[in-house]
Order: sequence, then structure tokens, then C-alpha cells
Amino acid sequence: MRRRDVLKVLAAASLSGVVPRIGLTADDDPYDIGRFGNARVLHMTDSHAQLLPVYFREPSVNIGVGAMAGQPPHLVGQAFLKHFGIEPGSRAAYAFTFLDYQEAAHRYGRMGGFAQLKTLIDRLRNEAGAGNSVLLDGGDLWQGSGLADAMKGADMVDVGNLLGIDVMTGHWEFTYGEKIVRQNLERFKGEFLAQNVFLTEEAAFNNAPAFDSASGRVFKPATIKAVNGHRIGIVGQAMPYVPIAHPKRFTPDWTFGIRDAELQKVVDGLRQQDKVDAVILLSHNGMDVDLKLASRVTGIDVILGGHTHDAVPHPTVVANPTGKTLVTNAGSNGKFLAVLDLDIGKGGVKDVRYHLLPIYANLIKSDGDMQALIDRLRAPYAAKFAEKLATADELLYRRGNFTGPMDQVICDALRHELDAQIALSPGFRWGTTLLTGQPITMEDVLAETAITYPEVYVTNMTGGQIKAVMEDIVDNLFNPDPYYQQGGDMVRIGGMDYACAPNESTGKRISDMTLDDGTALDADKSYRVAGWASVNPQTGRPIGDVVAGYLRAEKIVKIKHVNRVVLKGVAANAGFDRGG
Amino acid sequence: MDNNNSSRETSERSGPTRRVIVQGAIAGSLAGLGLAGVAPLSRARAAADASKWPKDAFAQKTEADAIKALYAGKMPEASDKVNLDAPEIAENGAVVPISVSTTLPDVTSIAILVSENPFPLAANYPIQPGTSPMVANRLKMAKTSKVIALVASGDKVFSASKEVKVTVGGCGG
Repeated sequence: MRRRDVLKVLAAASLSGVVPRIGLTADDDPYDIGRFGNARVLHMTDSHAQLLPVYFREPSVNIGVGAMAGQPPHLVGQAFLKHFGIEPGSRAAYAFTFLDYQEAAHRYGRMGGFAQLKTLIDRLRNEAGAGNSVLLDGGDLWQGSGLADAMKGADMVDVGNLLGIDVMTGHWEFTYGEKIVRQNLERFKGEFLAQNVFLTEEAAFNNAPAFDSASGRVFKPATIKAVNGHRIGIVGQAMPYVPIAHPKRFTPDWTFGIRDAELQKVVDGLRQQDKVDAVILLSHNGMDVDLKLASRVTGIDVILGGHTHDAVPHPTVVANPTGKTLVTNAGSNGKFLAVLDLDIGKGGVKDVRYHLLPIYANLIKSDGDMQALIDRLRAPYAAKFAEKLATADELLYRRGNFTGPMDQVICDALRHELDAQIALSPGFRWGTTLLTGQPITMEDVLAETAITYPEVYVTNMTGGQIKAVMEDIVDNLFNPDPYYQQGGDMVRIGGMDYACAPNESTGKRISDMTLDDGTALDADKSYRVAGWASVNPQTGRPIGDVVAGYLRAEKIVKIKHVNRVVLKGVAANAGFDRGG
Repeated sequence: MDNNNSSRETSERSGPTRRVIVQGAIAGSLAGLGLAGVAPLSRARAAADASKWPKDAFAQKTEADAIKALYAGKMPEASDKVNLDAPEIAENGAVVPISVSTTLPDVTSIAILVSENPFPLAANYPIQPGTSPMVANRLKMAKTSKVIALVASGDKVFSASKEVKVTVGGCGG
């Protein structure tokens, strides 16, 4: 029934009214969202260099703790559909949730793709009229594929230029190191903004290059775009914890942080001195951090957010001492394009409409020029990427707070190839999904592993040390104060089951650690532990090669022993779905 | 169109201000080095300062005992006029930038405590009349801890605190 496919989710939030209004659309065109207001802002984020359409299963476990429990973005499955008024089984339900994933994936097809994005972006900008729109990218554009890794993000700069990105900020971009970041930004035709990246004291003392040597800001903090005659101030907020989440050696001269006091000064400057009509924060904080920030920093109309890969159909309205700020998060992997239509009048923003449009690759004609560019960029690597390593014997995905079968495969590969009892694999939120029966190619493996610090390691750790590391990482996920979270998921553990109580306090969440042979982890005993993506320099082979070697030998990928995480105290949490 | 935030930032967060900060090796360290010693704003001023080196306070092993020893039993009260600038998560626990400034009148000293360090009192700066009450330094932190800024103003003591997380890092999404 066509009616079931209507994107009920294409709803709107209003600055004046907290309750979002449902926007009805034509049955056969989910992208006919009509016109509203006088300035259109398009926002994409966290595409992780997925140039071609992908499968990407949204999480079945995305738990919020404290005040964040049961609130967007911490809703999954049926709770998500119910909250946002999405019809079960619909095309939108497939885009936004994990429910019936394989069946829905076969029915509705792949999502995203830059040639599809290009077609849709051009259409939405044409509808707004020349000079009446702006295109923002929230970062994690340059990393996440074998191609981006091989070209150090230069491919994504070219693609971004053709797409027409006007403004961007960053996160994984920084992991290419300062030299490559600067080279890529030379090629980039838009503006790269980051109000929260400063020179370290030492670098400032040594006159390291900065956008503004007096403040020590490495990048331009903000810009003003004239859109349909209105002045929109756009501030960039890079991922605040780059030198903590990644090896510090990539950015030795730069110091990050949330820096909301400095942000307030930038916003006040835009409002008071520059007299802008609207202020937008292009943020890579993650949604929980943005929600807290919106309650503290005043004068921002909308925070267009990313990092935590939450596809949230309606903005959350946050009150602060002088007004209200809308907070959004626009998903990942090229699956979504956000459209923020502003009605700007005298004295500021009067009203807004927000649509988070899923990119159904089958419904959008690919843009010829973009497809040609993608094909040209991929050509030198196409043969290597196309190598079929094995076949998936079950649904393989990564995204989720604790585990994913794709990571179990990576952990199995690490333990097998490096002869380790326990394997650790990072809880990245990127990494695409493979359906049962799908061939696993080298390109697929690189889509899970392509980083600038991929070297594997083997080390001896005591049970006590393993627990300490796990407690430290899980606190990055479940600290009740979002400013102390880093935005990734829990480290994946191969060879060991454990229990986790997200609502417990720091250092007390992990328990019942049991090895695959049934014995309890001994705090004093030493274990052989393998891993990758260490923040310390390592000399092992790249993880992609290790996994590829394992897959070539296995041929059919079947997970023999699933390591489980028992969750405590979250049975009623809307961020946890038993069906997942 | 460019904005001119950067020029405004210049006056508010100027280079000289950042350079003049006291970067003394003031840290309680896990290695048992204890306090490496306060670097006073200037030798002359330190010599002229009547306040004595609070040896007893620096030797205390708990936050409460250090505060008691430093202010002769006077209890600090929380104040939003004490500005403590510290990161939420330290980029490097060995050198955590902490700065304290205040708009309180008649400031005679500014102290910084790291609750979880072996010797919590990390620094105590005598502030001379007429001096802008602003200090900055980098502290070594063994693990996640509350950091407390204490300002002696008139015959009272005011405080502000913030949790600074020290993490092994990695896995940032």
C-alpha cells in the first residue's frame, strides 16, 4: 500500500511551538517538501566517505543514562517509531531503525551515495532559488573508506567541492595530521571552521601557524553567509576530544575541548557587533553534548549536530536563560540529508521547518558528473577493492553500544591470526552493514578498518588491567554528564563475556568477566590480548590485512562463538530493544 | 563574508596574557616527587611578601586537611565569582592546564587543590594588592579528580570546583 510509504516522519519543529507539526508529502515523492521561509540550510554529516550507496543498520542498543534516558537520541526500534510517529514496516522505518533489517533492506534497497546526494542537493537548492541556500558538512567526510585512506581524504575534498559544500568542520579529518589537513584545505573551496581548536602554549610560543596568532585559534571560528539577503552567522565546533580519542601525535600542536565560554563570546560577537539575523552552530560534539551546551550557551538558533550518528527526525527544543535552541543530529554514512528552512524577519528567526530526508538510492537518479568523478577516483583502486574474500553467512553490522557481529568477526580474526586469548576492537560508530549471503570484498573490510593508525598489537595484560581499561572506556559512553563523554561506543571484546550496568558510577559498571572456556577472569593473572587502533605507536600489520587474511581462509563467515554482554538495570530503557 | 571575531578575541584573550602565565612545575606527582615548588610571580615580590610558605598545608594528604591547614580552620564557600578554567577531559594527565581568576575584591591568595593527588594542595599564590588576581599553571594529575580553586578575599575564602577526567583514551567514534 503506497500510503504506508508516506514519510510521516518528514515533520517540522517550530521555534514558537515545542510540539512538532507533521508535514504530509505526496505519496510518490518523499522529497517534495514544499517551500517554507526565506533561507534554506542543507546539512550533511558523518558520511565517512561512503561514496556509493550502502547498507547501514541503525542500532538496537543506544542507551541513555540519567536525564538522557528515554529521550532522543536514546530511542531504538519500536520506541523510536512510536515517539516519532513512523509507520512500522514503512520505508522510513527501514531508514531510521534496525527493525526487520534484512527483509526491509531487500525490499527498499541501499541508502545514500554521493551521486544521489548531488541530485537531491541540486534539486533542493534550485527550489530555494539562486543565493537562497547554503550547504554545510559537519565533518567525518574525509575518512571511512579504503579510497579515502589511500588518498588521505583528497578524494572527498574533490567530491565535496563538486557537491558544493560551503562550510565544514571536522573530526577524523584531523587524524591525517596537520600537514595533510592543510593540504586538503588548500583544495577545499568552502570554509573550514572550528572555534574550539587552539595552539598549545608551546606551539604558540614557537609561532606555529594559526588563523589568529593573538587568540591562538588554529582555524577561523565563524563566518557570515548572506542567504537571500539575510545574514546567517555560522560557527564551527570540531570534535572536542580529538587528541584523547586518537593518537596525540597527529595533532601535537593543537589543543581542543568543548570551550563553551569561548563559544559564547563568538556568538555574542556575531549578535552584538555583526548584527546577524540568525546563528547556527555546525557541531561535531555529539547529540548529548549539544543538548547540554544548548542549555548553557545563549544566542544560538539551531545546533546542526553530528558525531554520535543519531538519525533524529525532529529537533529537540532546549530552553536556556535567554531563549530556545533547536538541537539536531543528522545520522551517518550518507543515509540522510537535513533541510532546515528558516523564516527570517526583522529581529531574527521567526519560524523554522526541519526535515531529515533519508537518501533512498533507488528513488533518486544519480548525478552524471558526480558519478563520473567517483568512477575516476576509484579506478586506480577498483581491482584491489573488488577482491572477494569470503561470503557473509549472517547479517554483519557494527553499530550498537556494545557488540556487533562485524566486530565479532574482527575479534575472531585478531585472536586467530595473533594467537591471543582476548581481542579488543574499538567501538567506532561507522562501518557499513553486509546482508546474509553477500560477498565480503576488500572494500567492505576497509569500510570497517580504514584509519591512519590501523596497526595491530599483542600484549600481556592482567585481568585487573583489562577491567580498568573497560571501566575507563565505558565511562566515556555512560558518564551521566555528557561533557565527559567522547561519543564512541564500547570497546568490543572477543574471547570474553561480561556484564555491564550503565547506570552505576564510574569504575563500578563492569562485572562477571568470563573467558570462552568458562573460567572467570582473574585480576592477578596475565592474559595475551590482541587489538588495533591503539593511541600508542604500534608496529603490527594493518588490521585490514589481518582480517582479509582470516576471511580468505574462512571463505564462509560464520561466527562460531558469540561473546555476550549482559546489561543490568536497563530493562525498561527505551534505548534497548530485546528484538535486537 | 568574514566576521571580525578574531580581532575581538585578541583583546579578550591576548597573547601577552597567555605568555605571562606562571608555568611553574607545581604538581603533586604519583612518582612521589611531591611538590616541585611554587614559582612566584617574581623573586622580589616573593621576598617582600609577608605570607609564609604554608609547609604544613602542602604536606596534608586529604583535601579537607589541606584546606584546614591553609586557612586556619576557615571554611570556604562556593562562589560564582571564582572562575576556574580546566578541561572536562585532560588531553595529557601529566600537564593539565588549570587557570583561576576572580572578580572578588581584596584578594590575598589563590590556591589550587587536586583532591585525588597524593598531596592535594598543588599551588598557593600570594596575591599582592593592586595585582590582577589571575593565575595559570599546569598540574600533573594521576587520575580523574575534582579540582578546587580557592580564593582568599578579605577575611573570607571562596571556592569553585570542577571534575577533570584523566582517561586512557581511544575509541572516539
